Amino acid sequence: MNKDSEPTLPSFYLADPLGYDGIALQGVTKSFQGRAVLDDLYFTIEKGETVVVIGRSGEGKSVMLKHIVRLLEPESGQIWVDGIEVNSLGKTELFELRKRFGMLFQMAALFDSMTICENVSLGLIENSGLSESEIRDRACACLRMVGLVDVEEMFPVELSGGMKKRAGLARAIAMQPNYILYDEPTTGLDPITADAINDLILKLQAELQVTSIVVTHDMASAFKIADRIAMLHKGRIIYADRVDNVRQSDNEYVRQFIAGSAQGPLGAF
Amino acid sequence: MTSLSLIVGRTVIDAVSNAGRGSILLWEMILQTPAAWKMRREILEQMHIVALGSLPLIITTSIFVGAVTAVQAVYQMQAYVPMKFLGTVISKSVFIELGPVLTALVVGGRLCANYAAELGTMKVTEQLDAMEMIAIDPVRYLAMPRFVATVLMLPVITIFADAIAILSGFLISVMTLDVTSSSFGEGLRMYFKTSELASGLIKAFFFGGIISMSGIFYGFNTQGGAEGVGRATMGAVVSSCLSILVADYFLAAVLFQIIFD
Repeated sequence: MNKDSEPTLPSFYLADPLGYDGIALQGVTKSFQGRAVLDDLYFTIEKGETVVVIGRSGEGKSVMLKHIVRLLEPESGQIWVDGIEVNSLGKTELFELRKRFGMLFQMAALFDSMTICENVSLGLIENSGLSESEIRDRACACLRMVGLVDVEEMFPVELSGGMKKRAGLARAIAMQPNYILYDEPTTGLDPITADAINDLILKLQAELQVTSIVVTHDMASAFKIADRIAMLHKGRIIYADRVDNVRQSDNEYVRQFIAGSAQGPLGAF
Repeated sequence: MTSLSLIVGRTVIDAVSNAGRGSILLWEMILQTPAAWKMRREILEQMHIVALGSLPLIITTSIFVGAVTAVQAVYQMQAYVPMKFLGTVISKSVFIELGPVLTALVVGGRLCANYAAELGTMKVTEQLDAMEMIAIDPVRYLAMPRFVATVLMLPVITIFADAIAILSGFLISVMTLDVTSSSFGEGLRMYFKTSELASGLIKAFFFGGIISMSGIFYGFNTQGGAEGVGRATMGAVVSSCLSILVADYFLAAVLFQIIFD
């Protein structure tokens, strides 16, 4: 791709990230084995919105998500959450900040030596100060919210892929977070289960009023749940717009991705 | 030549980097030990795995360690040393060296593989990330209980292994090597030093630290999928065995200096 055909980048530079109420990634760079996965990335997520980040596999979507909660550390740049610079925090403050987040992992990442109820309860046991019965009630309520009943004493290995994702979601909302991060929530699921997960995400947004960041390459899911869609390519956000505008976008990268075509500026391999 | 220097350079950098990260992990685990009372359930669970799980292995190993020590001691002593010293030779060999070192190598292999594979699988399936996301420090919740349990239980297992090895040596001596029980007992009592038994247990304490550190460190730093877990498990066992043998020399040098003084 020559320089002329490179897209014009939308600007997410913040002069005062300290006063920004939401999430801001400012000039974040991260590379693995010499390959830049995030390359001077700027992006902002406002409170209350649902942003879907799309992009090809290996473009760094999950890496971006993990930087927000410092599961990965950038080589340069800053990440701000509610005016707090995440990388400047000590361990205790970082864990306090993480209580504002819930995260659904790609493969659910349930603790396989624990029952589903223990999975959902663990964060509350360690952090909430609630009584045993209150914790159990909260865990059961979260499981009911994601449509799981009578699975409390089952182990993750006994659940289907869709049920595992829902259990992972129950664990993510148990601590009543302000932000929920979804890493490929519908990947590996059949279309009907995937749509049920989309409905669940919408339901949680409506009921819990959370800010959601969803990483996916499932466009059906993106169009259904997003307020705004952003596209990550070569380590940068090359496009971001309200979901209504995305279908009509004349951005050739976005058009190729939506069409799922092997021909276009994104290339096939 | 260039590729050789590259390999050597990379190996040195990796070794220094691992030593640094290992030291940080050890320091973090030590900092978390005040939370041991809160984590007592997990620690007891790990103690159960360390001690009871290792019992069949330790009993079998110790029986044969005692037996072979008796047979070889008799072979070496028969022409020069009175048989009443057989008990002395066996007990000193077992208390000072064979008990703690062989117990650490045998239990270490088992525990290191267990820790590295379990934590490594949690790492590659993002369970450690998930734990961090619910504001739980994996060092406090997973590493510290394993570290404390291993450090505390290895001396206990070593006492048990010492006892079985000496009993086994006694039975073999009396039943097959024409040594009387009173002469064996006399030799055992005559030159028994509590400081020698203690030195073996101090070694076991440090070996417990090495075993748990190796397993936890390799587990937490696992990369890749199933192959990565396999690599981490192998690395943990190898580094634990080598570190035990190296540490044994330095501990022996220091402890014997203290005993002789």
